[in-house]
Amino acid sequence: MMETRRIFLVRSAGLVALAGGVLAGGRSQATPQAMAALIAEIAAGREIKKGKVTLDLPPLIDNGNAVPMTVTVDSPMSERDYVKTIHVVNEKNPQPHVIVCHLGPRSGRAAFSTRIKLADAQTVTAIAEMSDGTLWMDSASVIVTLAACLEDIL
Amino acid sequence: MARALINVPQQAKPGEIIEIKALISHPMETGFRVGHNGQLIPRDIVQTFICTYDGEEIFKADYSPAIAANPFISFFTRATKSGDIVLTWRGDNGFEASETVHIQVA
Amino acid sequence: MKIGAALCVLLLSVIAVHAAEIATADRKSGFEFMGRDTQAMQTDDTSNPGMLNVLDGGALWERPEGADKKACASCHGDASQRMKGVAARYPAFDATAGQVVDLGQRINLCRRDHQKAPELAYESRDLLALSAFVARQSRGQPIAIADDARSANALMQGRKLFNERMGQLNLSCAICHDDNWGQKLGGTSIPQGHPNGYPLYRLEWQAMGSLQRRLRNCMIGMRAEPFSYGSSEFIALELFLMQRAQGMAMESPAVRP
Repeated sequence: MMETRRIFLVRSAGLVALAGGVLAGGRSQATPQAMAALIAEIAAGREIKKGKVTLDLPPLIDNGNAVPMTVTVDSPMSERDYVKTIHVVNEKNPQPHVIVCHLGPRSGRAAFSTRIKLADAQTVTAIAEMSDGTLWMDSASVIVTLAACLEDIL
Repeated sequence: MARALINVPQQAKPGEIIEIKALISHPMETGFRVGHNGQLIPRDIVQTFICTYDGEEIFKADYSPAIAANPFISFFTRATKSGDIVLTWRGDNGFEASETVHIQVA
Repeated sequence: MKIGAALCVLLLSVIAVHAAEIATADRKSGFEFMGRDTQAMQTDDTSNPGMLNVLDGGALWERPEGADKKACASCHGDASQRMKGVAARYPAFDATAGQVVDLGQRINLCRRDHQKAPELAYESRDLLALSAFVARQSRGQPIAIADDARSANALMQGRKLFNERMGQLNLSCAICHDDNWGQKLGGTSIPQGHPNGYPLYRLEWQAMGSLQRRLRNCMIGMRAEPFSYGSSEFIALELFLMQRAQGMAMESPAVRP
C-alpha cells in the first residue's frame, strides 16, 4: 500500500509523542480535556456563566515559578447572598487543580490573592459558586518567559 | 517550626473590612520534579490553609502542587469583635504550623 | 538550554562587540528590569519570601553559639544600629585574614575567632539567613566600597575576570551586562548585573541564594567551568561588581526572576 505523505506525517508525529512520553517518565499532564473534565465535575450539570468573576494574572510574566494571581467576585457578601467557593483550574500544569477557596458572609469581600506555578504559557480559569448555587467564571491567558541562565545543564 | 510572616491590622472598627496577608516558608515540592539521581522528588506540599476568627472558620483554601514555594495568601474579613485570628497550615509529612494574631475591634 | 545557547550565538553574530563601561547616570538596578508584579513582591515585606530568611537570621543573631556561648548580639548589640551600612562595604580587606573577604566570610571569621563556633558552609541556610539579616540593615544605603590599596590587586583581578571571555560560548560578563543590557536574551531582559540585592530570593531557585550562586549560574550559561564557592576569583569578581555599583542603593533581600 502506498503511504501518503499525510499518513506518514501523522505516524511520525505519533512516534514523537510516544518518545516524548517515555522521556518524560510517563508523567501525567493536565490537558485542555482534563481541565474540561474538572470543570464539568465542578459544574455538576449546572450552567457556568461568564461574568461576576475577575481573574487577574499578568499577561506576561518573568518566571512561571511564582505568578501573582488575584480573583475577585462581584457579590454583596451578605448573609443571604455570598460566594461559597472559588475554584482555579489550569490546562497545562501536571494537574488541572490549582486552588479551591471557601468563603462566607464573614469574608466581607469576595477576593483572594496567591502565587501560583505555571509550567507553560496557558489559559487559567476561575469559577465561583454562589450561595444560590449559580456558577460564574472568568479566564485569563498567560505567557511565561523562560529564564536565560540557569543552574543545571540538561 | 516553619517561619511565617503575618500582616493583620492590630485595630479595626466594627464592620470594617480588613485584609489578612500571610507568607510561610515551605518548599511546596510538586512531586513532579526529577532530582539529580534521576528519581522523582517526593511530593511535599501544604494541603490546607484555614483561618479562624474568634473560633469561627472564616476562610479555608485547599492547595495543590501548583501553589508557589513559600505560599502567600491574602484575603478579607469583616471585623466583628476583639479576638484572636488563628492561621493554620497543614500538609504532607505531618506538616502543621499555626500563628495567632490578636485584633482589637472598637 | 540548547535554545539559550543558540540565541546567545545568534545575538553575538548580529551585535558589534565593544566593551564600554556603563556611565554612572545610566546605571539601573535589576529591579527596574522586572515586571511590576515581581517588583511588588520585593517591596512589600509580607509578600517578599526573602524576609522569612531575614527572620531566621534575626533569631540566629541572638542565639549563643560555640565554645564561648556568645551570640552575634553579645558583641554587636542592636543590628539595626550597628550593622547599618556594613553589607554595603563588603567585600573588604580584612587585616586578620590578610585578604579581601566577602560578607559570608566575614561572618565566618567572627564565628571562628569570637564565638569559637564551626564555620557555616556557603549557601547553607544559616549563612544565607545571617547574611540576609545583616544585609537587610543596609537596605536603602549606598554601596560604599572603600578605596583601599590593600584590595587593589583583587579589584584589578575582578575587573579582568569581568571582561575576560570564558566558556564554550566565548562570552564575558561585560558582553552581556555592559554592552547589551536592556536587550533580550530569550524572553527575558538582560540586566546590568548589579549586586545590590544579595542575598536575594530568585524565583527560578524558589529560594534564597548568594551572589556567588548567581555568578555560577551565569558561568554555566556561558558553558564555563564555574569557580568554586569562596574562591579568590569569586571574591575578586564580587569586589569588582560592588565597586562598579558604587553608590547604588542596597535592596537586600531583593527578589529577582
